[in-house]
Amino acid sequence: MKTISLFVIPLICIIIISYGFIKRVNIFEAFLEGAAEGVATVIRILPALVGLVAAIAMFRTSGALNFIIELLSPITRILGVPDEVMPLALLRPVSGSGALALVSDILSRFGADSEAGRIASVMMGSTETTFYTLCVYFGSVKITDSRYTVFAALCADIAGFLASCWVCRFFFS
Amino acid sequence: MINYIWAGMIFVSFLFAAFSGNLESVNASLVSGAQSAVEMAIGLLGLMCFWSGLLEIAKKSGLTYKLSKILEPFMRFLFPELKKNSPAISAMLMNMVANFLGLSNAATPLGLKAMEELNKENNYRKRASNAMCLFVVINTASVTLIPTTVIAMRAAAHSNEPFSIIVPVWICSAISVTVGITLAKIMAKRGGIR
Repeated sequence: MKTISLFVIPLICIIIISYGFIKRVNIFEAFLEGAAEGVATVIRILPALVGLVAAIAMFRTSGALNFIIELLSPITRILGVPDEVMPLALLRPVSGSGALALVSDILSRFGADSEAGRIASVMMGSTETTFYTLCVYFGSVKITDSRYTVFAALCADIAGFLASCWVCRFFFS
Repeated sequence: MINYIWAGMIFVSFLFAAFSGNLESVNASLVSGAQSAVEMAIGLLGLMCFWSGLLEIAKKSGLTYKLSKILEPFMRFLFPELKKNSPAISAMLMNMVANFLGLSNAATPLGLKAMEELNKENNYRKRASNAMCLFVVINTASVTLIPTTVIAMRAAAHSNEPFSIIVPVWICSAISVTVGITLAKIMAKRGGIR
């Protein structure tokens, strides 16, 4: 399984570049164009990241984060979710940049290759900012009655969160 | 929403700190937190650049479009109620492929286009059709080939194996999107007419 993760990147690189060659795309020029967009993306998220990482660092240092973790610990224990990632599960559907800041906090505190670091990474990668997507998509066509969408989307999120914990345990043991 | 969360976090921190007497370290973490955010962003830059560049090649060469053609039968299965040549189908396909490849900048406009087309086939004015619900549920479940941002963040945090989470992410998104689709389909059936 681990070797699949290892080969994905080279395989995708080769496929994309050779397809570009076959289709006679000016590949390096296209690459530069996209890379510039990548810089723009990082710069676009930087202000939010600064504001939120600072707020989360304060929240943690003050002891408030631990208080919330303690409050939630009976639930987390039943579900098999590590205490440290529970705040992430709560914040993820609501705020994308907030969740990003929390992941960054978890990675630097426990290490990217720790259990909490891996679970946080998988949670972040396998879910979306559900409420944001809902608002933008339905808002754009002025739909006010979204019927069962919120319920189904949140259940999907919960399934993704629980799966992150269990799959990581199984995968990295 | 984010306004309340952000303000709440900051106020509560100061309140907690005032009570427990560690106001000084909370002040210090404001400074160090802002700094570490910048370090994280710089660490992200390299990989984000490289990957965005590669994906631009995929877009320009038509690979993205080709992938969406391959997935068309799958859409018939998910959205049997749509007309055969509905423009909604191709917009949704392009949106899903863009999301799948992590082209989120391209994905959102395509998704909004898809919603507009779906709304034309919607019989109600302010009520979502089953196809709309299902499409949004799939979009909120995030099925991504390479979770670039997370990988770049892991690399920035000095991971020994930043890519190791790829397969677990696939498994988890697959579980999440399956749960979402199944629930949406069940609820659609229970709701009767669309």
